Amino acid sequence: MLLIHCPYCAEERPEIEFRHAGEAHIARPDAMADLSEEAFQGYFFIRDNRKGEVFERWRHIHGCGRFFNAVRNTITDKFLATYEAGKPKPDLDALKAQKGTSA
Amino acid sequence: MDSPVGMERIHPLQNRRGASAHVGLTPAPPAIRIALRAGGDALSALSMAIGLDLPRAPKTAVVNGDGDRSVLWLGPDEWLLIDDGENGEAADLLARLAETGVLHSAVDVSHRNTAIMVTGEAAASVLAAGCPQDLSLKAFPVNACSRTVLGKIEVVIWRMADDMFRVECWRSFSDYAFAFLSEAAKDVR
Repeated sequence: MLLIHCPYCAEERPEIEFRHAGEAHIARPDAMADLSEEAFQGYFFIRDNRKGEVFERWRHIHGCGRFFNAVRNTITDKFLATYEAGKPKPDLDALKAQKGTSA
Repeated sequence: MDSPVGMERIHPLQNRRGASAHVGLTPAPPAIRIALRAGGDALSALSMAIGLDLPRAPKTAVVNGDGDRSVLWLGPDEWLLIDDGENGEAADLLARLAETGVLHSAVDVSHRNTAIMVTGEAAASVLAAGCPQDLSLKAFPVNACSRTVLGKIEVVIWRMADDMFRVECWRSFSDYAFAFLSEAAKDVR
């Protein structure tokens, strides 16, 4: 079973306690009402869906209940890091160097 | 208390017993349960009100001196308070919390939950049949507690002693939880 480190519980917990919650670091536009339909569509529906390292939200729904962010490789399913919601994006190159994975 | 026939509240696991040579399963008696949520600056006032220090460390339960009231850490701003109800009702506790005047949310969930006591040398093994967490004494010591999964349902488990766990589950899931643990107990040797 995949173990995911919850930054709030401060330990690794089994995958089954967690739920994926979409892409992270999507900024909500300030003046939502003034957005064109295309711009709103871009904000609301369009996601990168990249292959490789992605920044995602996860929720420890059957544990502490908190949302947090994670950096995961979509090919290997390896988590490079997890960090509390609201924290800035960690530096991807530094993380990869630290974990010894190639791009 | 006098009440007309059929008006007594029936425990969802009334008369259920489960046991093997190595583990015992017993429905826990009714208790007061309060789902408490608050931010860091409210904790000292709330702790005073309930007479117990709200734990800030993850996966930790704290029990008072008499052993009749405990608080379980569920999340960074969430606790489960369990009281055996000998010294007043849930409403009294809610009132005492409200008197503090600090921002918090306290919800009486006494009848939402029920609990199963899993005891005996094989208690951890029986729980491990459906709980994916590491329940060894090293990873899950006495007074560790956590919301987690048991089979198909969500539960809160609390290790009260080396060989005793309290499994809190929703009342409507308690039949499933008890049957699951009974089946697991058959397999543990």
